[in-house]
Amino acid sequence: MGKWTRRGLITAGVVAGGGLAVGVFLRPGHRAPELAKLVSSPGEHLVNVWVKIAPDNQITAIVPHSEMGQGAQTVLAQMLADEMGARWQDVSFVEAPAEDEYANWAMGKGFILGDANIPKALVPTVDGLFLQVTKAMHLQITGGSASIRTTGVYGMRVAGAAARENLIAAAADAWGVPAGEIVAQNSELTHAASKQRAEFATFAEAAGAIAPSRTPQLKQPAEFTLMGRSLPRHDIPAKVDGTAQFSMDAQVPGMKYAAIQAAPVFGAQVASVDSAAAEKVSGVHKVVQLDNAVAVVADGYWSASQALRQVKVEWTETAQDSINSEQLFAQFDRDMSQARANGQSDSDLQQGDIDSAMSDAAQVIEATYRVPFLAHACMEPMNATARIDGGRCEVWVGSQNPLGFRHDVAAALELDVQQVTVHQHTMGGGFGRRANSDVVVQAALIAREAEVPVKLIWSREEDVRHDHYRPAVASHFKAALTADGDVIGWDNIYHEKHEPVEAPTIPYAVSHQHIHYTDSPTHVPFGPWRSVDHSQHGFFTEAFFDEVAEAADKDPYQLRRQLLAGKPRHLKVLDTAAENAGWGQPVPAGHGRGISLQESFGSLVAQVVDVSVSDGQIKVDRVVCAVDAGFAVSPDGFVAQMESGSIYGLSAALYGDVQIEQGAVKQGNFHDYPVVRMAEAPVIETHIINSDAPWGGAGEPGTPGIAPALANAVYQATGTRVRQLPLSNYDFSYKIVEPEEVI
Amino acid sequence: MITLRVNGTTHQLDVDPSMPLLWAIRENLQLNGTKFGCGMAQCGACTVHLNGTAIRSCVTPVAAAAGGEVTTIEGLSTDGELHVVQQAWIAEQVPQCGYCQSGQIMSAVALLADNPAPDDAAIDQAMSGNICRCGMYGRIRKAIKSAAAGSVQMYDPSEEVQHG
Repeated sequence: MGKWTRRGLITAGVVAGGGLAVGVFLRPGHRAPELAKLVSSPGEHLVNVWVKIAPDNQITAIVPHSEMGQGAQTVLAQMLADEMGARWQDVSFVEAPAEDEYANWAMGKGFILGDANIPKALVPTVDGLFLQVTKAMHLQITGGSASIRTTGVYGMRVAGAAARENLIAAAADAWGVPAGEIVAQNSELTHAASKQRAEFATFAEAAGAIAPSRTPQLKQPAEFTLMGRSLPRHDIPAKVDGTAQFSMDAQVPGMKYAAIQAAPVFGAQVASVDSAAAEKVSGVHKVVQLDNAVAVVADGYWSASQALRQVKVEWTETAQDSINSEQLFAQFDRDMSQARANGQSDSDLQQGDIDSAMSDAAQVIEATYRVPFLAHACMEPMNATARIDGGRCEVWVGSQNPLGFRHDVAAALELDVQQVTVHQHTMGGGFGRRANSDVVVQAALIAREAEVPVKLIWSREEDVRHDHYRPAVASHFKAALTADGDVIGWDNIYHEKHEPVEAPTIPYAVSHQHIHYTDSPTHVPFGPWRSVDHSQHGFFTEAFFDEVAEAADKDPYQLRRQLLAGKPRHLKVLDTAAENAGWGQPVPAGHGRGISLQESFGSLVAQVVDVSVSDGQIKVDRVVCAVDAGFAVSPDGFVAQMESGSIYGLSAALYGDVQIEQGAVKQGNFHDYPVVRMAEAPVIETHIINSDAPWGGAGEPGTPGIAPALANAVYQATGTRVRQLPLSNYDFSYKIVEPEEVI
Repeated sequence: MITLRVNGTTHQLDVDPSMPLLWAIRENLQLNGTKFGCGMAQCGACTVHLNGTAIRSCVTPVAAAAGGEVTTIEGLSTDGELHVVQQAWIAEQVPQCGYCQSGQIMSAVALLADNPAPDDAAIDQAMSGNICRCGMYGRIRKAIKSAAAGSVQMYDPSEEVQHG
């Protein structure tokens, strides 16, 4: 392996076998205090990428992002290969493991502690990265829809361009021709005038000896050969023949299986355990007691789960034992009212004079919006396998934060980090859930107690009842309008402030605004859930906006247009969605059409939802999405993410409802925590707009705009304002209004 | 001892007869393509064929499969060539996380065996027992239709995806 220098941002070296390796270090910056819960070490901030050329001209990209379904690994390799001038067929990639120098704790520490010497020429890039990754890293490592727009743009492309420039420099030296006349494409170097041609591998060793430029020249979009094309994902064949290796499929010699039950009420501990009956069940190896959970280790998962039912556990009492969702929502209302009354709220935005706007208004409208707790319900229930052997621990797990998991396991077992190895697996869904290391820590503790390698599998019920939830949130609005229907004031107070910080803000030109928040803590664990705070604020702001439009006696699409003057990108996505959805064309009785606009994770998304109501049942017929993410590197991959984000948001809007009853989660499986199935899935149409804006994310921006567009459509169809999700809690059987009543 | 025939091979298993078939397939036979998702026949990730019919192996006692012909995702391809439904899944770039897809494919193969040209209602009915949290229902529907129509293009990693 080539030598790393802590001072250089880009390093090159010769790997064993004579290949060229280029690495890029990028320093994303400092952690915010609230990050500590989600990531445990500065090393996790390290974004690095590598490319390697083997003597047979095979190119390997080593990517630091985990695969949870988003297809980012293929796209990252595509970005690197394009900048290099590599032939796509020659490129393969592997995920950077958490335990070696590709993503090394000590190396990261060196950079975070400040001995990186950043060349002036790269400062704008590094600063840009600093901002974007800092935002993303408040969430998780593979998360924040960050893979393409940070690692890809600042890492993969730079690494590819640096590799290309070194290869060209080596060839120029050997051939005695100007570097500027050499072209790198199809994994070959050619010099047309002298008719010389060579494979990349020919000059890989010489290129590795050259100090790489600190400012490699990136391609312009017109020069792209692979970026912007829908290349098939590398991971898909293994996902159709059953060979893809999820952590659920990990096999460790001598491994036993564990089933677990944690204290139903968050915060409760084990008070006493009677395991006599469970230990008599055939195949049971051991009953293990953790601080807040009991697990049974057995020869098979069935034995373990059957025996777990025989364990009699008493849990400690907590102050939350009688809490239910209604009390929490009452608490939210109370805390928001008090914060409003005594002026003790924190502000996201104070603009103009909101008090005067309210007192000058001809009309003030108010509404409170609410969303419930949501579980992630990844298809693959939480699981992890652990083996402890001679002071070392190995774990097999699917993680959005492998390095963080490594540190958490080390801390739980009181081991040195170097003694912990994480074997990362492709994830059966992540959506933010797999940024939390709870299951892998449990597996490690159980393996230590059981003194055998253990695969711990959570039942679906455990998965739903011990998630880190999208919080339940309430948000109260007041809007001020003039007699002419001009919107002059927007006052919004909410609670549960997480990330991204800009989620509650609106893109509309309203002169007087106050957007503020207060605390209203609950005992229910929080975690990032696809699109994080946008998942609730997208619904709140865009649904309330339609109420404002109605009060102003204006078409909700036209009022949005009016208040977006001077924002051409916003207008274009809004217009694209509206035109393709047939906005303005008559909607028959019992049908409705709603629109939303949401900017999140650097991407602009407009969505139009068509619904129909029959026998009181809401059916979502069609979703039209328009998105401007700057540039879609893999258009089909982007379309897939919009489809996925829309359905994920739709499941939440229609059905998602985790309720707290006596301190614990009431729901447990897909019968009482339903999600969208084939028969309910709408047609989804996506229109991609490539603008010249900085590249945005794909995985999350499709989610937040669905609920408000749906609620706005339901209002047109039924006359009912949906101010609290999910829709399944409403009874639409009583009233179908005629269209002239609502248009 | 339970005699279980899976993908054409006969096995003798010393297991609790009430244990779900899923765990016999995954743990005793080490065929890991069939997935655990819910344990109560709600999600379809565990779908396999018993005598050609799609069943949820997480709630089917292993004893109920004794003497029958069980097919899992590993038994779908013949002579190393993927089943046309698997090929359609690649051509339409269906999977995202992929965890549910063995079950989806087994349900789709069973549907097409019964109904070689299913309409949307038939697809809804046959496939609504299979949850995809990544929400790839539109692509699954297209893939089933292209498999039914015999219009699946073979996978070539260098080729651009022609749809979307």
